[in-house]
Amino acid sequence: MVGKTKKFDKYLLTGGTIYNPIDKSSKKNDILIDNGVIVDVGKDIALEGYNAIDCSGKIICPGFLDLRSHFGEPGYEDIESLETGSKAALKGGYTKVCMLPNTNPVIDNAESVESLIEKSRLIDINIFPIGSITKNLDGKELSEIGLMVKGGVVAISDAHRNVKNAQVLKNALEYCKMFEIPVINHAENIDLVNDGMSNESFFSFKKGLPANPFISETVGILRDLEIANYIGARIHIPRISSSRSVSIIKRYKDLGLLLTAEVTPHHLGLSEIELKDYNAFYKVSPPLRSSEDSDALIEGLRSGVIDCIVSDHHPSKIEDKESDLLNSNFGTIGLESAFPYSNRILSQKGFSIEQVIDLFTINPSRVMNIDLGKISKNEVADFTVINPNSDWVFEQSHIYSLSKNSCLIGKSMKGKIDFVACKNKFHII
Amino acid sequence: MSVLSVKHLFGLEDLKKQDIFKILDTAFKFREVLDRPIKKVPSLKGKNILNLFFENSTRTKMSFELAAKRLSADVTNFSSGTSSLKKGESFKDTIQNIHSMKIDCIVIRHSSPGSCINLTNYVDAAIVNGGDGFHEHPTQGLLDIMSIKEKFGKIEGLKVSIVGDILHSRVARSNIYGLIKMGARVRVCGPPNLIPRNIKQLGIDVSHDINSTIRWSDAINILRIQRERMGIGIIPSIREYRKLFGVNKKRLETYNNDVLVLHPGPINRGVEIDSNVADGPNSVILKQVLNGVAIRMSVLFLLLGGSD
Repeated sequence: MVGKTKKFDKYLLTGGTIYNPIDKSSKKNDILIDNGVIVDVGKDIALEGYNAIDCSGKIICPGFLDLRSHFGEPGYEDIESLETGSKAALKGGYTKVCMLPNTNPVIDNAESVESLIEKSRLIDINIFPIGSITKNLDGKELSEIGLMVKGGVVAISDAHRNVKNAQVLKNALEYCKMFEIPVINHAENIDLVNDGMSNESFFSFKKGLPANPFISETVGILRDLEIANYIGARIHIPRISSSRSVSIIKRYKDLGLLLTAEVTPHHLGLSEIELKDYNAFYKVSPPLRSSEDSDALIEGLRSGVIDCIVSDHHPSKIEDKESDLLNSNFGTIGLESAFPYSNRILSQKGFSIEQVIDLFTINPSRVMNIDLGKISKNEVADFTVINPNSDWVFEQSHIYSLSKNSCLIGKSMKGKIDFVACKNKFHII
Repeated sequence: MSVLSVKHLFGLEDLKKQDIFKILDTAFKFREVLDRPIKKVPSLKGKNILNLFFENSTRTKMSFELAAKRLSADVTNFSSGTSSLKKGESFKDTIQNIHSMKIDCIVIRHSSPGSCINLTNYVDAAIVNGGDGFHEHPTQGLLDIMSIKEKFGKIEGLKVSIVGDILHSRVARSNIYGLIKMGARVRVCGPPNLIPRNIKQLGIDVSHDINSTIRWSDAINILRIQRERMGIGIIPSIREYRKLFGVNKKRLETYNNDVLVLHPGPINRGVEIDSNVADGPNSVILKQVLNGVAIRMSVLFLLLGGSD
């Protein structure tokens, strides 16, 4: 369980600093809540009969928005259900999660979207489905994109699969121009991936690791950007991992393309060297690359070439992660650790905590056109309370996900989520 | 307890030079045992050794088995082809089951790099890497070094070339690490798409010309060209490879008739090496096989703390 969860009625949060990522303002104010709605924001509110929560020294910001999570419902509930995934999300300060379509069956039609949205009403966070680009993620026929958009999908993507056929991708990008949603295509040329699981480098050679060179990513991105640029379509590049990709994305952004890009926390903070003991927990897609690549990704965030950070929460059963490296699954979970880990890495590089919060709130909301909500009078209470000065170490006991495959166990974190408010509930983390 | 500074033999990259010397010295002593009429010593009596082979192997498995038996250890063989792995049992379950049988030493061959290291999460037996993916094959590296030392009496200062598919070869990696550590000058020779980028960072030469490589070398170690690499855009054809990189008698006669020829086997006769070289006076290929038994006896003996 996520600490304690209570109905969010008659609460008074005192002394916190409210950060608004839209106008970048920070103000110390009290917040008064009645039945999940903010009824007052102001100085020194004192009322009897309210549960007073001391938020002195804490930052209160809109609940985080994740653009990339794998939940296993329907079909793989033993790996992550909507309920367990939502607990992991709350633990990490998220109130809104975009869910990838690689469920079983795949989210490639209106009925699947409707069913998912219906089920997600019952859980404690807001789920925003991403529909597939192609039916059954096969890369051949387009899914019912229009009907899925009407049903509520916020983007389309074939998840971890690359749409290999350029004509199919061109069709999808052109078709989506009438919906104003981003197309997210896994940015790797699969031929060049060549079954690799480690960055191709001197290190991968020495350790005998099947290697995936960074050109698999740059070749993939270049193709997609050329097509998107030709059409004038909106495209979002997922999970970039290499320095060269940052330069390529900058070049196309400078041309005025409707282009956004994301990065994961582990690509910011970890490098290929983590695979030195052949531990499959560090087998992720795309592979961890060099520390120079990580530095370039961080600079990409600073300059705005990369728009936001995503958790890339990808649960796996433990038995599929503790086999030999070759036969283990790719992926790491990330919802619980994404913010505090990113904050630790980026604060060391001179980012303020407010800048890091932007990468989890306003920036992803602009990529996906999802309303962030405001912390002001008469708004629904949807926010996260952060203790900015807490230094701590991420351990397995901090994982709320049904799967425990985190590549960040044992890593230092900065900033702790103390409370999350969402859907008329108050979660003490 | 291991007499070496390590508990397991994972590879030559991390092995200390003094350990390599100790393994070689002990192996040369065991070579004498192998020349006796009764080729068995009681050194590891009562020890249990498991050959855990997840990949096909004829020579390496037989060589380890023979080495263990000549040290009077008890040997059990496991091959994944005939095991419950086919029924869906996991790597971890297989290993934990086997470990419950109280094994002192496990020799593992597996297609995944680092599988020998993964094994230490589940068992406390001494582990010998019998080949892990493209990573290392340390006993092959050691037996190659032993065979070169047998001929020249030393390794330091010798020029040794490794020819063929370096990129996908665990034998190449173990040879390179071991030879550099022992003071040899090392060159790799093969088509550029089979030579790892940045390999020069190890301080070795790279060549794409077999003739000048033969001329330069005191010894050449010719790797098997995997036929499965043909036809998928890596090597155009067998005949082209033979023409560009095949070691034949004419090349030896023209460029260096004194060069020592090694091959870790199995040989593709008429591809990377011609029969008249494999069976000719420069070749120590069969000696390598014998030295392989001696090296494996030495490694098992030293890791399991056998006494003289």
